[in-house]
Amino acid sequence: MIGIDTDLVREIMRNKKRLDNRAADKYRKVTIETNFVTSAEGSARVRLGDTEVVAGVKMDMGEPYPDSPDEGVLSVSSEFLPLASPDFESGPPGEDSIELARVVDRAIRESKAIDFKKLCITPGEKVWMVFVDIDIIDNDGNLIDAAGLAAVAALRSAKIPDIEDEKPVFSRKGKKALPMKGIPISTTFAKIRDYIVVDPGLAESEALEARLTVGTVDSEGIKICSLQKGGTSSFTIEEIGSILETAEDKGSELRKLVK
Amino acid sequence: MTEKLIKNDKRIDGRKLDELRPIEAMVGVLKKADGSAFFRLGDTMAIAGVYGPKKVHPRHAEEAEKAILRTKYNMAPFSTETRSRPGHNRRSTEISFVTRQAIEPVLFLEEFPKTAIDVHIEVLQANASSRCVGINAASLALADAGVPMRDLIASCSAGIVEGKKVLDISGKEDTEGELDLPIAYYPRKKAITLLQMDGLAKRSDVKQLIELAIKGCEKIYEKQKQALRKRYSLEEVMHEKEVKV
Repeated sequence: MIGIDTDLVREIMRNKKRLDNRAADKYRKVTIETNFVTSAEGSARVRLGDTEVVAGVKMDMGEPYPDSPDEGVLSVSSEFLPLASPDFESGPPGEDSIELARVVDRAIRESKAIDFKKLCITPGEKVWMVFVDIDIIDNDGNLIDAAGLAAVAALRSAKIPDIEDEKPVFSRKGKKALPMKGIPISTTFAKIRDYIVVDPGLAESEALEARLTVGTVDSEGIKICSLQKGGTSSFTIEEIGSILETAEDKGSELRKLVK
Repeated sequence: MTEKLIKNDKRIDGRKLDELRPIEAMVGVLKKADGSAFFRLGDTMAIAGVYGPKKVHPRHAEEAEKAILRTKYNMAPFSTETRSRPGHNRRSTEISFVTRQAIEPVLFLEEFPKTAIDVHIEVLQANASSRCVGINAASLALADAGVPMRDLIASCSAGIVEGKKVLDISGKEDTEGELDLPIAYYPRKKAITLLQMDGLAKRSDVKQLIELAIKGCEKIYEKQKQALRKRYSLEEVMHEKEVKV
């Protein structure tokens, strides 16, 4: 498959136009389907335009970290599957995949959306470990936002396994939901020839010069919970100011889609 | 109740809210590397070495129209209170990645097609903001290597501790504070080349923290320039010659 020429994308965007004629602040169509995988404690399949990801939550009992003996453990990983793009190869996770997982992890963790204290079983000994694995199925750009939506939707659909004889039961669904409050949302902005747009598509993701992902959460009003700049160019403080404002609005729109 | 970290706008290490830790910057600290620098911010210190522009191995990684910049951030196993396992991990991979993106905007990579510029950052001691200290050292080492640059990159962090906005968090402020926001700054362009944040804050507070961190970067930038002048100023060179004669 022949990709779209990066120079051409930049030339178009220099005139404040997008390839698919979207407005600068318009997301592609988002669909979220939860409990898509029944073997998982929680799951979600998210489509963002033609980008598609599946997130699954698996839980297990384990030891807490020594510095937080009464808190559960969260771990987020992602796989850029070779079936998702001619550019993805199998093998250990690359820096893009590691960054994506860490940015998604940061927004969830820092938003305090999960009450980790309620995931403690025996302080200092046994806690719930929550593993969020994100499979990138189809890459049409802006994987971070799709992955963030999928992770949060999967967590909100997750049920803690019942415990029998001090062991988790995986053969049937538990009854208790994960203790969550607030919905953290990642919104990603791309800067191309000084034109700043939300939800970059694949051609835009490849042509972007600078990128900013903003995590927002609805906790006592809207707050910002994480930031991650990417790309090999820069932002001015004014640009960051207007991005943060748009991120709050877009976050509120996307949040309504996560039940 | 644990010990308060801020009393009467004074921090546990005696600093004011908007005060950086003591800075030490030196260039040309390694013999073999094409460029090198040492940077210290309080108890956090790193050494950076630059090799290149040089031939690319493996060959398929080279780019026809520009040099590739490769950055490696590594923490010495003895750099933290509890030993850190040697080798790469997910955190160091991410930091290497954002470090590269923080520095690349000031380099004229297009001047050296089909070559690689390698920047190795070794954190010898880590007490918060090690990525910032690494970036400060790396940018100085690149200048020391004579790699053409539009400017230096300066980096530091701001944070929220006990509800107060503070510059350059360290020690307990890092482990017990509410928020950490590291930035890297391209002073001549007044542009931000690295921006990350962990923590919860209102938008207006985030903007003020970025502004506070920029002020810190401006101070670091001055120290970086001083370090380069100290090594490369004309008087210094003449003085060295006199000594040799």
